[in-house]
Amino acid sequence: MNNSTLLRVDKRDARLVMAHMYVAFAALAIGGLMGLLQVFVRSGRFELPANIGYYQVLTVHGVMLGLVFTTFFILGFQAAAVSRTSGTFTAKQRLTSWIGFWIMLLGTVMSATMILLNEATVLYTFYAPLQAHWIFYLGLTFIVVGSWFVIFAHMAKYAQWRKENKGESSPLLTYMVVANSLMWFVATLGVAAEVLLQLLPWSLGFIERVDVAITRTLFWYFGHALVYFWLLPAYMAWYVVIPKVIGGKIFSDSLARLSFILFLLFSIPVGIHHQLTEPGITEFWKFVQVVLTFMVIIPSLMTAFSMFATFELRGRELGGKGLFGWFHKLPWGDARFTVPFIGMAAFIPAGAGGIINASHQMNQVIHNTIWVTGHFHLTVATTVLLTFFGIAYWLIPHLTGRVLTPQMNKLAIIQAFTWAFGMTIMSGAMHWAGLLGAPRRSSYSTYGDAAQAMEWIPYQIAQAVGGTILFLGIIFVLIIFVNLCWFAPKGDEEFPIGEVDKDAEQTPKILENWKVWITVLVALILVAYAVPIMDIINGGPLGSKGFKLW
Amino acid sequence: MHLHRYEKWWITFGIGSLVLFLIIVGIGAFHQGHQPPSSVKTINYEQVDKVTPFNEPGLTKVSGKDWDYELVVVASAFMYMPAEVEIPVGSTVKIIATTKDVVHGYGVTGTNINMMLEPGYISEYVTTMDKIGEYLVVCNEYCGTGHHTMKMMYKVVDVNE
Repeated sequence: MNNSTLLRVDKRDARLVMAHMYVAFAALAIGGLMGLLQVFVRSGRFELPANIGYYQVLTVHGVMLGLVFTTFFILGFQAAAVSRTSGTFTAKQRLTSWIGFWIMLLGTVMSATMILLNEATVLYTFYAPLQAHWIFYLGLTFIVVGSWFVIFAHMAKYAQWRKENKGESSPLLTYMVVANSLMWFVATLGVAAEVLLQLLPWSLGFIERVDVAITRTLFWYFGHALVYFWLLPAYMAWYVVIPKVIGGKIFSDSLARLSFILFLLFSIPVGIHHQLTEPGITEFWKFVQVVLTFMVIIPSLMTAFSMFATFELRGRELGGKGLFGWFHKLPWGDARFTVPFIGMAAFIPAGAGGIINASHQMNQVIHNTIWVTGHFHLTVATTVLLTFFGIAYWLIPHLTGRVLTPQMNKLAIIQAFTWAFGMTIMSGAMHWAGLLGAPRRSSYSTYGDAAQAMEWIPYQIAQAVGGTILFLGIIFVLIIFVNLCWFAPKGDEEFPIGEVDKDAEQTPKILENWKVWITVLVALILVAYAVPIMDIINGGPLGSKGFKLW
Repeated sequence: MHLHRYEKWWITFGIGSLVLFLIIVGIGAFHQGHQPPSSVKTINYEQVDKVTPFNEPGLTKVSGKDWDYELVVVASAFMYMPAEVEIPVGSTVKIIATTKDVVHGYGVTGTNINMMLEPGYISEYVTTMDKIGEYLVVCNEYCGTGHHTMKMMYKVVDVNE
């Protein structure tokens, strides 16, 4: 690691990061409560009080957790990561970040207000031709544009570091932030085009019709990269932070960078695997994107190897013997390790489920069933979320000048096991019900007492049980958050940054040559999307007027 | 770039598995014809009721085609036309469906029939109904307040009885 690296994040940068964290955890509280209401309603044993609709609650849940919690947490974490490994932001970089933060917050308030007024019950995927209030779309635009300000500030810091340290390999964590930010920027161009060129002018009445297939294709061009935008910060913590927490070394700097480059390249030209059962896209282009989707599994396999290599090397260093003896030597009492580890373990079934979902015609078995909901509650709501919690347990006290006490550490581990238990029940029931055909995103219904629909109900009750346990987990994590913000004892909590194994070789220069990777990325996007989008434009039907069916 | 020997094995095994999966999926799709519904036919969604075959939703026997029946379905918030259909067991059916308003789903519980209906597009799928029974069709794409009430019923029956 470079000598200029600061051990402590500067106070002014810490305030910036904490602003993101307050919004993120407020969104977690609201979104979590909405999740609880949903599983209750869907059990058939509970009805929402007057005038609150199931789909309105579902929209709040998706927007708060899928868009607001994740984006604010990730951009806050990435700001801390850059500040810690590449140095304190300049006044200009920090100001740019703050501007971005306020634009995102304004956008969040605008969109949330419209959802609460029941003017935007379109779920967090806002598929046309359901038409929300224009302020909802403008708010989403602000969230995206604000995030661009934030990532530009981070990338400016990286550029500055490169200039000041010519010829050196950049700090690994900053490098990863840059890769994720680039991916986010290229992906959000799709959703920006969807909202700015189509949905916003359409909701304002400037244009009468939109092409539904184009809006969906642009959404999913962004939508799959979105899930990797959630996952990569978790990978950052796994590659760089966890080795330090357990007292080991980073297995390989170059392989870590290579896996991030592969994510950058293969997260975007794969969105059509979310549209496999749709008309308007031919079988051939669907299959092309299925193949590209499978490519993005490779860096995850590499990551799994690196993680377990680090764990085994450290476990053996601590005296672990035999094939699995090293496993017991790992620091299971340390929440900073155990909480993300449970997340990692969840990624094994989660990833396997993802391969099924992306498998072309096999997708018909589970498409839009609650299996899919079960799938992403393992990926984003367990793997990513528990890793984020694991990050928060050292990052927040580091920033607030406090420490994680043994009691809070214990509660954090209890929280993670509670989460794993609740999620096993809820996600498991969702997967099974999905295989029996139960639809996702649907309120309680017996479909006229249809025999097949009656089979789903016990699973829905199980989901309510699991969901209730998960809500208990949300309460635990909020207790820890509040403690770490305002009540924990003052002290110095480490921001752990791993060092590279001394046997690891020099990082190849090509990995830092962004021109090459951006060129490859653009080429892949053109290969995957040029023809399908031209087909839709050329062969597309009459566009759609807006509908408000809620 | 140096790779540890075990990592080479692991990556080879991993990529090998992925290639194998893709070959299986690809043979199923391009050799055996198990493709996801991917019709590119279009329609004016505002004129659905006036256009053949959607002006007469329901099951029709056809001859000289690779399938025995055509099932024409019109979806709109929050119903399918027809609401119920009787299909002789063992017959091959081509489902031809579209929507008059927003995006709807078309998932036939207990079968692999699962497709999106989007305004302006016609969705098609050919399948054989080889088991007697009642099959619930649900809308599995959110379409508004009544989304969870939107259903249709297939009754696959033995006509000889």
